[in-house]
Amino acid sequence: MAFRARHLLGIEHLGPDEIITLLDLAETYVTLNRQPQKHGRALEGLTQINMFFEASTRTQASFELAGKRLGADVMNMAMAASSLKKGETLIDTAMTLNAMHPDLLVVRHPHSGAVDLLAQKVNCAVLNAGDGRHEHPTQALLDALTIRRAKGRLHRLNIAICGDIAHSRVARSNILLLGKMENRVRLVGPATLMPSQVDQLGVEVYDDMRKGLDGCDVVMMLRLQKERMDGGFIPSEREYYHRYGLDAEKLSHAKPDAIVMHPGPMNRGVEIDGLLADDINRSVIQDQVEMGVAVRMAAMDLLARNLTAATTTGGVLV
Amino acid sequence: MTALHFTNAILIDPEEGTETAGSLLVQDGVISALNPANVPADAQVVDCAGQCLAPGIVDLGVKIGEPGERHKESFKTAGLAAAAGGVTTVVTRADTTPAVDTPEALNFVTQRAKQVTAIRIAPMAALTKDRAGREMTEYGFLSDAGAVAFSDGDAVVRDPKIFGRAMTYAKGLGALIIAHVQDPGLSKGAAVTSGKFATLRGLPAVSLMAERMGLERDLALVEMTGARYHADQISTAQALGPLQRAKEAGLDVTAGVSIHHLTLNALDVGDYRTFFKVKPPLRDEDDRIAMVEAVASGLIDIVSSMHTPQDEESKRLPYEEAASGAVGLETLLPAALRLYHEDQLSLPQLFRAMSLNPAKRLGLPGGRLSVGAPADLVLFDPNAPFVMDRTKLQSKSKNTPFDGARMQGKTRATYVGGVQVFPARPA
Repeated sequence: MAFRARHLLGIEHLGPDEIITLLDLAETYVTLNRQPQKHGRALEGLTQINMFFEASTRTQASFELAGKRLGADVMNMAMAASSLKKGETLIDTAMTLNAMHPDLLVVRHPHSGAVDLLAQKVNCAVLNAGDGRHEHPTQALLDALTIRRAKGRLHRLNIAICGDIAHSRVARSNILLLGKMENRVRLVGPATLMPSQVDQLGVEVYDDMRKGLDGCDVVMMLRLQKERMDGGFIPSEREYYHRYGLDAEKLSHAKPDAIVMHPGPMNRGVEIDGLLADDINRSVIQDQVEMGVAVRMAAMDLLARNLTAATTTGGVLV
Repeated sequence: MTALHFTNAILIDPEEGTETAGSLLVQDGVISALNPANVPADAQVVDCAGQCLAPGIVDLGVKIGEPGERHKESFKTAGLAAAAGGVTTVVTRADTTPAVDTPEALNFVTQRAKQVTAIRIAPMAALTKDRAGREMTEYGFLSDAGAVAFSDGDAVVRDPKIFGRAMTYAKGLGALIIAHVQDPGLSKGAAVTSGKFATLRGLPAVSLMAERMGLERDLALVEMTGARYHADQISTAQALGPLQRAKEAGLDVTAGVSIHHLTLNALDVGDYRTFFKVKPPLRDEDDRIAMVEAVASGLIDIVSSMHTPQDEESKRLPYEEAASGAVGLETLLPAALRLYHEDQLSLPQLFRAMSLNPAKRLGLPGGRLSVGAPADLVLFDPNAPFVMDRTKLQSKSKNTPFDGARMQGKTRATYVGGVQVFPARPA
């Protein structure tokens, strides 16, 4: 089995073999999750703590369900309203939790690198559930599983990622993962929503959405992160929808069998046409949610195995 | 006071641009002769054993935590750190809490320094009250009280009318204004320099252009007012053109660079290592090389440590939230010697930028190895290797980016006014 990581902090640190190992295991959990009896035992007796320093419904629910299906004791901590407001530092919080001997720590934080910092201070396995604009590795993995199931492969595909790339951790993790798996990645969006020198990451950048979607197998839409805009990235929502909102006409430039993805939550009528999002022939958005649970089960399963290996051999896994 | 005769030394003379074997005589705290023919019989001999003797470093822009943040650095610990680093004059910043913006506050600084350290302290005063960029401070009184320059640290006076008037008023007194040249609008919220690395790390970033914009605005105001002006830190190649043109046009302008921008680049931040978070943020390797070349040519006049102590709590935070700054009093010399060992700068060039030029620009008597200059000296072995261990630093704060780095160059002894201040001698 090729999965060496002790933490899942980002796609950056994973090799293609590790990605495939994880996706293959996730497939088995997709099957399990479709049974009436959904209980596995991989995390039995282990404690999983979900620490969300940023509000989240979907990701937190997905991690919680994943842990429970595999038998872990799951605890949710809504950190956004917690002791950090009382002046406790991230490190103090981490040390406090560490003393409770969790085995898996799932962390979301509004600042890039915060999850890396936390991982240095605790003994358990840490899963990044999204840090600032940096990475959201389980999202990229669930997207990869969705693509692989829909397209039958995860290489040599033309994939367009569209919208607010600059503020998106989903985009960064996907760029890294899809690049590692040898796909052609295009980024589509206005230049104000592109991070600097992003072209040096091995992607093609398009301002014109129709050109960007031309011949694509996969169209991945991003949420327009309205809450992160401190003013003036785009002139208006309606102009954005006109130029970058995905509708049937723009999608017609992609391949006829191109699939449409969105990490959710969607702004219907801002970045994606509502009818298109619900079109079961094109949209795999509901599949993404399903794959999310399976991928998170696989990720925690693999990390838990490495955890046991580290404890029983007394060795230190990097 | 007995005379000191430094023998068997390599004399680093930044004025002459020479490094020559020789000896040096100190009498009454002043350099009295180079290669003296007659040495007083009672002179104490200091055998330098072939090591380098240079004018002590004049470190422009040191943050000391007094008043307000004494848990980060005090005059006493800063003095110990300076002595260990071969720094004989510490030019302090005014960005304390509260800011040094009145003669009374400046007197406090001077008095505190005198009580606890033998290192020379040359204080700067704030350019505007509370460093808020609105009202000028009392340049006349502050100059009389010993302020060597006026600066708001990294706070930029946004309103050009206010900054222009401050320059005009200061010019009448012959006072030097030191400014931070990063455009505040573009720099707002940024933790790193924009580019591929910033994009990968998902950190808020600032364009290189912020520095050129800030500098060009200031240079236009200098041209308008004729003020004496020093840009605290130049770190990008794009700012060198405007700087060169201003100097060629005869404006009274100088510029500095921090040792961190000469020896580190943006990639050193790695996986969010906050000890590498400085202001302005570290740049790409191309810019670093351009800065080294600018120091060699003399376009950039002054190299300093930009010593900024931060405690562990301020640094053990997510990168965006962590405090900026690095300590540097003790690492300035060995880090600078990296450039010497890489054949990028000679020893006289280094000491021109670290000792002679800052002393000249601030009107201080030190920084020279010439007869009549104060015997502020550093004796060092440029080749001695060591591994930097931050826990051994004299500074109260240990936030050095060089922790664990292999370095070359150790201070053997530091003298201020002919008195040995490092290694400490038993009283």
